[in-house]
Amino acid sequence: MKVKSFFFFVMLCLALVISSSNCYAQTSTSLDLINDAKQYDGKTVNYKGEVIGDVMIRGDYAWLHVNDGTIAIGIWAPKTMIQDIRYAGDYHKKGDIVEVFGTFHRSCLEHGGDLDIHASEIKKITSGSAVIQPISIKKVYIGVCSLMLVLLFYVLKKYFQSR
Amino acid sequence: MILKPQVNDIKNIGYYLGRIILGIGLTMFLPFITGLVLFREPSPALDFLISANIAIFIGLALSWLCKTDKELHTGPAMVVIALSWLAVMALSAIPLLLSGHYKSFLDACFETMSGFTTTGLTLVQDLDHLSRTHNLWRHLGPFLGGQGIAIIAISFLVRGASGPLNLYQGEGRDEKLVPNVIHTARFIWAISIAYLILGTIVLGLVGMSIGLKPQRAFFHAVCIFMAGFDTAGFSPQSPNILYYHSLMFEIVTIFFMVIGSFNFNLHYQIWTGNFKEIWKNIETRTFLFVIMIVTLITMAGLKHWGVYSDGMILFRKGFFQLISGQTTTGYMTIYAQQFIKEWGDLALTGIILAMALGGCACSTAGGIKMLRVGVICKAFRQDIKSVFLSPNAIVVQKFHHIKTMFIEDKQVRAVLIVTLGYFFLYGLGTLVGVGLGYPFLESLFESTSAAANVGLSCGITDASMPAILKVTYIIEMWAGRLELMSVFALIGFFVAFVKGR
Repeated sequence: MKVKSFFFFVMLCLALVISSSNCYAQTSTSLDLINDAKQYDGKTVNYKGEVIGDVMIRGDYAWLHVNDGTIAIGIWAPKTMIQDIRYAGDYHKKGDIVEVFGTFHRSCLEHGGDLDIHASEIKKITSGSAVIQPISIKKVYIGVCSLMLVLLFYVLKKYFQSR
Repeated sequence: MILKPQVNDIKNIGYYLGRIILGIGLTMFLPFITGLVLFREPSPALDFLISANIAIFIGLALSWLCKTDKELHTGPAMVVIALSWLAVMALSAIPLLLSGHYKSFLDACFETMSGFTTTGLTLVQDLDHLSRTHNLWRHLGPFLGGQGIAIIAISFLVRGASGPLNLYQGEGRDEKLVPNVIHTARFIWAISIAYLILGTIVLGLVGMSIGLKPQRAFFHAVCIFMAGFDTAGFSPQSPNILYYHSLMFEIVTIFFMVIGSFNFNLHYQIWTGNFKEIWKNIETRTFLFVIMIVTLITMAGLKHWGVYSDGMILFRKGFFQLISGQTTTGYMTIYAQQFIKEWGDLALTGIILAMALGGCACSTAGGIKMLRVGVICKAFRQDIKSVFLSPNAIVVQKFHHIKTMFIEDKQVRAVLIVTLGYFFLYGLGTLVGVGLGYPFLESLFESTSAAANVGLSCGITDASMPAILKVTYIIEMWAGRLELMSVFALIGFFVAFVKGR
């Protein structure tokens, strides 16, 4: 009986571990979430991508947008949860790569029906960085030369028209 | 007998085309200077220096080689307009292509045609990392194109009596606010710039209140205003208006979308103190009536499919997409895929109907236009009345648009021809879409959105869609913006050139 109970206990623990890891096991893509929104609605999801744009603070919470390379999805998170986020991607910056765990809403009742994720945990995977955009010397040459050409052409036009 | 165009006609077309190209070239200095000084983005700024120089060179060369003192007549003016939109599309696409955010020159051309025609369908890649300089140009396009490319030339670069008037009319506008067309063009700019200042301040303040940093808030504000008032629907971030998660932002955007879709003549009446015109005008009345009908259809569809569990949410989401479609703006607070996956056929039909009918005439909006819808309804009523009354009875039907007018058969014929033309355009894109394997309703939705210069998408518009569909949508956006007549004039010109004697 004791052996049976022990075996049952081990199996139960194993099942719990497997089921809990299943909640977050697979990272959902933005297309999965949007295309199968009804299926994911109210479920706990795991979503990974780059923080882009602006982190908009609203009281004790904040909105941020995470783009997985296809579409950006809005993440609603407590302010304390986003303290690690330093870079939000734009032309000058590569944003932090984060993994978001939270509840997916197809039409969030709290936020006027927006499709969003209410984060319960945000893990920073890779830190973003400032991006130095190189200036192409070729572009500088073409720009300056074409400007000279246009000015020369304009002067010639004026000269011939005045004659 | 078809007459072959004479050398003087071609020179005339070349001269005015050159002036318009010159105007677009000069406007490219705005993103160049802003990018260099304000945004500190030298590499994107250089894209605009190069493109501006190319445009200015072509513009100067054309206006020099084709210099003429002859007045521009109606036919050639329409050809100038049709060609200038194609030239502007190609030249404005150069800086976008140089940004590296477009897969091909065709995609960049699609973007600029979509922008200048105030459509708002986009093929940009990785929008969230696009430079502010390029983003400003994407949004400046609708602001210039919404008022009209010819309006730029008429305001500053073209002189004469009949030439400017014919150019103005060639762009699908036949209403003058004041007797002089140059003054009309300048007044349109004055209205637009006054609203631009007001809109930027209001949206900037709302942006700051929802957590955007001041500099970012005002950049977003100027972009959203230009694409909202000019009914284009571009946005600096990929989630479009959903990015802001704010009811206040949506309300302010709705306000600017609606006033942007109103007739400039109505704006002129309001500015001159004639507020009664708002309620008397056939366009505003038709606009309200159509909005009520399409709202009922869309809400019934959303309710029937149980898309939103909460009544307020149903109204907020449904009404925003609907007003965005009706004003032909194309701003969205849902993802494109949600239209097809969640909204259901009835709600989509409501949106398609709203897009097809469009905003007001002589505005930045597209579609069939409220004035035409109103006139058709009145003419229909007149015909019904005449059936029931005595055969000897004379039935007259009046309508009020700035002044009270009687409906005439000639007017109804002209209205029906353009309306039929729009239906042809909607059908053309649908046919190509279905032929390429897309479902019927999705093809109809996207085609109507392109031809009516709306910009709402159900997901078909993507960089990976076939090139033939991209070209079809470009043609639809172009012909839809010019209300077809200038396009027919261009075709006629080429036929005359080949077959004429």
